[in-house]
Amino acid sequence: MSDIAIRVDGLSKLYKIGALRSKHDTLRDRINDVLFNPFKKLAKVAKAQRNPIIRSTSSSSDDHIWALKDVSFEVKRGEVIGIIGRNGAGKTTLLKILSRITEPTEGRVEIYGRVGSLLEVGTGFHPELTGRENIYLNGAILGMKKSDIERKFDEIVAFAEIEKFLDTPVKRYSSGMYVRLAFAVAAHLDPEILLVDEVLAVGDAAFQKKCLGKMGDVAKEGRTVLFVSHNMTAVRSLCPRSILIETGRIRLDSKTAECIDLYLAGTFQDESTYRDTSSMPRPDNISPNSGLRITNVRLCTHNGLTVVKTGESLSVTMEFVCIEMLQNVGWGFYVETLDGLRLLDLKSVSSFPPFPSLAPGEYSITGSLPTNPLMPGRYKLGVGARDEARGLDWLPEVMQFTVEESQRYDSLWFEKTAGIFRVKSLWQPPVKIRTINLP
Amino acid sequence: MNLNTVDTPVIQIRPTKGWASLQLPALWEYRELLYFLAWRDIKVRYKQTVLGAAWAIIQPVATMLIFTIIFGRLAKIPSDNIPYPIFCFCALLPWNYFASAFSRSSGSLVNNAHLISKVYFPRLVIPISSLLSGLLDFAIAFLFLIGMMFYYHIVPTISILWLPVFMLMAIATALGVGLWLGALNVLYRDIGYLVPFLSQIWMYATPVVYPSSLIPEKWRIIYGLNPMAGVVEGFRWALIGRGTKPGPMFFVSAFVTIILLVSGAFYFRRMERTFADII
Repeated sequence: MSDIAIRVDGLSKLYKIGALRSKHDTLRDRINDVLFNPFKKLAKVAKAQRNPIIRSTSSSSDDHIWALKDVSFEVKRGEVIGIIGRNGAGKTTLLKILSRITEPTEGRVEIYGRVGSLLEVGTGFHPELTGRENIYLNGAILGMKKSDIERKFDEIVAFAEIEKFLDTPVKRYSSGMYVRLAFAVAAHLDPEILLVDEVLAVGDAAFQKKCLGKMGDVAKEGRTVLFVSHNMTAVRSLCPRSILIETGRIRLDSKTAECIDLYLAGTFQDESTYRDTSSMPRPDNISPNSGLRITNVRLCTHNGLTVVKTGESLSVTMEFVCIEMLQNVGWGFYVETLDGLRLLDLKSVSSFPPFPSLAPGEYSITGSLPTNPLMPGRYKLGVGARDEARGLDWLPEVMQFTVEESQRYDSLWFEKTAGIFRVKSLWQPPVKIRTINLP
Repeated sequence: MNLNTVDTPVIQIRPTKGWASLQLPALWEYRELLYFLAWRDIKVRYKQTVLGAAWAIIQPVATMLIFTIIFGRLAKIPSDNIPYPIFCFCALLPWNYFASAFSRSSGSLVNNAHLISKVYFPRLVIPISSLLSGLLDFAIAFLFLIGMMFYYHIVPTISILWLPVFMLMAIATALGVGLWLGALNVLYRDIGYLVPFLSQIWMYATPVVYPSSLIPEKWRIIYGLNPMAGVVEGFRWALIGRGTKPGPMFFVSAFVTIILLVSGAFYFRRMERTFADII
């Protein structure tokens, strides 16, 4: 026996969609059909239903989709692997096959070890039953033995922080309590191989952190974990290796950092770093006859995507037309969080005084920040131009962009860094002042 | 490397075709889940009711009273020379159990769709567990029957030892029908509308309100093709010593039960692989 935990070989899954849709042009046709040919319809439906997953690839491609196509990989014992990809890429289908909920159409899987899968928290919770009763019920559904549940009961209750409400029906729980209890039961499942779908995206921030910590513990105990998530920070900190799935196929099976880069590049590739702003709406206080109009804006990044890495330069170029003589003009761009907190307000006056006289013509101007201090996240970019008395043009939200972690840290140390900005700070190693002799 | 790698189970996942084995050992491994699901059904059944488990007695007793008035008094249907109420109640016990068990297990998969699409376990657990909760109602109503037997001074004979056999047959029939209809219900929700109707027709095809002695002798064997005819007749015979001893009719019923159960189980297993995709 090798040290392989999961071996997936040529796995494919075909879903037939719209199997029941028959062609009825008019309602009368439909009624006719139902009234006079009920058995024909029944037989047709029966045939379609009996074989919802068709095995031939010859039929037309628009009524079936390959949710997974020819997926192969191996997972070693004790490995923690992230599975990332867009919605509908096939991540959940893969977990469903591995946890034997549904069968593959082609290919095979070998699993060495007891499997626990967690596709949803709180599966089988019954609202009428109390917290205590639901712990037993949910535990049994997830495959725990009654003796295991009894042994871990106190731990589960403590983790969920619901001691006082143990004998209250869960229908009277707040949604937070419900989710905490549900996750607590699942977190105490003890399989050798754990399959986890996007289940951390529930509960408040503090509880999410606790769940992530628990996941980290599970990983450290040497269990094999397959972890599906859209939370890149979580994947990055838990999984050294990841698999990127795109439209049912493996796009990349490599180091997590590489997978995430490729994933984000794909996610934002349809987002252009260029915006034609000539016909974008302006705020009310901007007159269309101000004499200056910004015609386009470009966010300059290394990769041509609206993704900037932490610490990289952030540079914005705008082109504008000027149709009359203008005095004392200044330009600026600013960065806001998605909920509108302004973090940076960068103005041309920091490099040169207001431009004394601007003759009619087309111009281009670039402002840049050599190292951006932004934390990973999503931000809004705004641009504008003004003279001393009024705003000449203003585009409050020209585009959004993402700031991505530039390095992979081996610990959660940096993830736990609080604050809004990350700027380089200078430190000297400790210098000894005097020695303390221990008795 | 882990030392116990050698005895860790290997799970093979691959597409299956055609008829599959029943995998009864896997079912046995999940017996605790079976227990917890039945326990859930029982716990939840009479939640937020005022009368609670008393409903388990009220329902059959009310039915018995109505049947006694309509079929016993008004229609004057013979009752093998025993008081109509107890004649009827003896039959209602297994019948009510059967009717509720088979309709519950027919709907069980669809009602537990959220489990089927999110967790793995042998799917047979679901229809089987839905048979168990009805047993409690049966037991409660049975206590009432014992009271009635005292009232009518009926002393059971040694044939009462046959009772568990008939009860098993009722359970097996309910499961057989439940497996067929439950699996079909996943595909065609029409089954949900068919079940109440089917259960009504089936009751009149079963000697609940009339004795099977009304059926001409030569038709009895064919009558026995309805397994519940054998069960209900058997209950009367075992409890109050009337009706027919287990004879050819009973064996026909038992045979049909076995066919239903085995074919239902294999059909269910065959359909099982698509449940999660189409439920």
